Amino acid sequence: MRFERIVIFGATSAIAQATARRLAAPGVRFHLVARDAQKLDAVRGDLVARGAAATTALADLDDVDRHRALLDEAERALGSIDAALIAHGTLGVQAACEADFALTQREWRTNFVSPASLAAHLANRMEPARRGTIVAISSVAGDRGRRSNYVYGTAKGALSIFLEGLRARLHGTGVAVITVKPGFVDTPMTAGFRKGPLWSSPARIAAGIERAMQRGPGEVYLPRFWWAIMFVIRHLPEAIFVRLKI
Amino acid sequence: MIVRSWGNYPRVEHAAVVPLNWRHLPLPRLAGPLLPVGLARSYGDSCLNEGGTLLAARGLDRLVSFDREGGRLRCEAGVSLAEILELVVPHGWFLPVVPGTAFATVGGAIANDVHGKNHHVAGTFGHHVRRFELLRSGGERIECSPDSNGGLFRATVGGLGLTGLVTWAELELARAPSAWFDVETIRVEGLDHFFALSEESAAAHEYTVAWIDALAGGEHAGRGLFMRANFAAAGGPHVPPGRRLSVPFDFPALALNRGSIGAFNALYRSRGSRRWRATREPYPRYLFPLDGIAGWNRMYGKRGFVQHQSVVPRADAPRHLRAMLEAIARSGEASFLTVLKVFGDREPAGLLSFARPGVTLALDFPMRGGSTLSLLDRLDAIVREAGGAVYPAKDARMSPETFRASFPRRDEFARHIDPAFSSSFWRRVSP
Repeated sequence: MRFERIVIFGATSAIAQATARRLAAPGVRFHLVARDAQKLDAVRGDLVARGAAATTALADLDDVDRHRALLDEAERALGSIDAALIAHGTLGVQAACEADFALTQREWRTNFVSPASLAAHLANRMEPARRGTIVAISSVAGDRGRRSNYVYGTAKGALSIFLEGLRARLHGTGVAVITVKPGFVDTPMTAGFRKGPLWSSPARIAAGIERAMQRGPGEVYLPRFWWAIMFVIRHLPEAIFVRLKI
Repeated sequence: MIVRSWGNYPRVEHAAVVPLNWRHLPLPRLAGPLLPVGLARSYGDSCLNEGGTLLAARGLDRLVSFDREGGRLRCEAGVSLAEILELVVPHGWFLPVVPGTAFATVGGAIANDVHGKNHHVAGTFGHHVRRFELLRSGGERIECSPDSNGGLFRATVGGLGLTGLVTWAELELARAPSAWFDVETIRVEGLDHFFALSEESAAAHEYTVAWIDALAGGEHAGRGLFMRANFAAAGGPHVPPGRRLSVPFDFPALALNRGSIGAFNALYRSRGSRRWRATREPYPRYLFPLDGIAGWNRMYGKRGFVQHQSVVPRADAPRHLRAMLEAIARSGEASFLTVLKVFGDREPAGLLSFARPGVTLALDFPMRGGSTLSLLDRLDAIVREAGGAVYPAKDARMSPETFRASFPRRDEFARHIDPAFSSSFWRRVSP
């Protein structure tokens, strides 16, 4: 399948940039949404230099009341939407969220409410047309509540469940919902972490996203070895799990 | 954080490695000296900054604009040469100058003013840079070209990253009729034969280089293979996807020794057993043979390896090259990948550019401590006596005297250094 009309939310994120770069080609048109005008301009320039066309919109995606208008704008810019990539997110400081529930709620709004709202709007627009692909970046962190990042994990876990339900609802309609669960990725979001052999690059994740888009609806761990790791982690008995310092 | 360069020698401690991702943002404010680093393909310590901060600029990897008709590419400094070729080759363009690896960044190619097998025709990378933006520690952004801010331009080309951070650069591309090379491989019997072949090939062949068996002494000194090539007229703009091998860990220190290198040399030489051979090869295999083996530097084991690349003036070159090859043969050290090439006569692009009219010899030695280092000092002495130069990008140990002798415009260059920038290399050669 060829994706020629693509909207990207959180277009300046490292994974979104790497994915857009893979999809960019003459004849492909992007509509890019992000908060920072200068970053957005740099990303747009890169895709245009690769032969694609691109329009941009500035938005704080936490403002879910604006989502309808943002999608109207995207449809006006693109004509119709072949694929949407929902890639925005934040990795808050777990300790700060534990101390202040307002911060926890903000993390949930950014990492669950906002992407779920966009996916819901997209689904309602794509369903009557019986075509379209919705890709959202969730995380392996959503598979279990780990002590080190369960606030972020809650949001990503909820997002994964929401997308699973949406996928079931849209089964057989021609609209594909894809949940992407990256493991550790070396991006500006994780700049402060010590990197090890489990880490991978945004380019590698992007290659996996492109493959998943070709395959159709479903859930994908990226890189794929994370499926095995998370299989074990998901099946650890709680009595053992709560003792792990992860 | 411990960082090692491509030679795995030395490995030094840094206060921080700070990733840069956006070209419009100011430099991070940090104590201690700064040094931009890309893919760290420099062999020694010119891409290291002991006790200071490395500005990891690989994240500046966006294109700014690509003029497909005019062959101009503007991109951020962290874009790799491999990424550029992947983008432009299908449109009939090529980088006018590439070094022996495509896994270097544009910023690194400028900072080392790299050269390739076509130096006698195309000069160095810096000769094809039209302009770039330099971000200085004071916050100024200075657009430099040969004509505007020319002093800073010539200091930054070959300037080892010391004049500030190159955020983006505009490059002139060269037309390429295909993505393939027609390569002739000719057996070289000795140094005189090498010079005869170089002379004979310079006019009709854009790319020339020789691989030399550095273990051969006496009348065999300089024997090896001469490879000359041009872009193939046919073959199309695409190459078959390459298979990449990889060296997954540091080999035991003894894996590369005089015996195994001698065996390799004999094997490699047998490629030229027919005295003359013509092949058509996709550009990555011809230009970047070692890129096919990820982490080939780890073959040299934990202690790493040191390179020595020098250039000596053409006039007395045979005598000086012979002296160097004999010093190596006598030392008991073995150079694995030994490369010889005659540079063209073009005026260097930068104040600290290494490539200049003359003959260049590149050697690499498994690092064995004192004995290896003293051989390199003997080689330096021969280069100094010849009025030649040693290449900073490959160096981890040259003396301040050798550096001064190699780069007569050093003082003029030093005036352009950004006060907040420095490197392990610079502090070593400019105490």
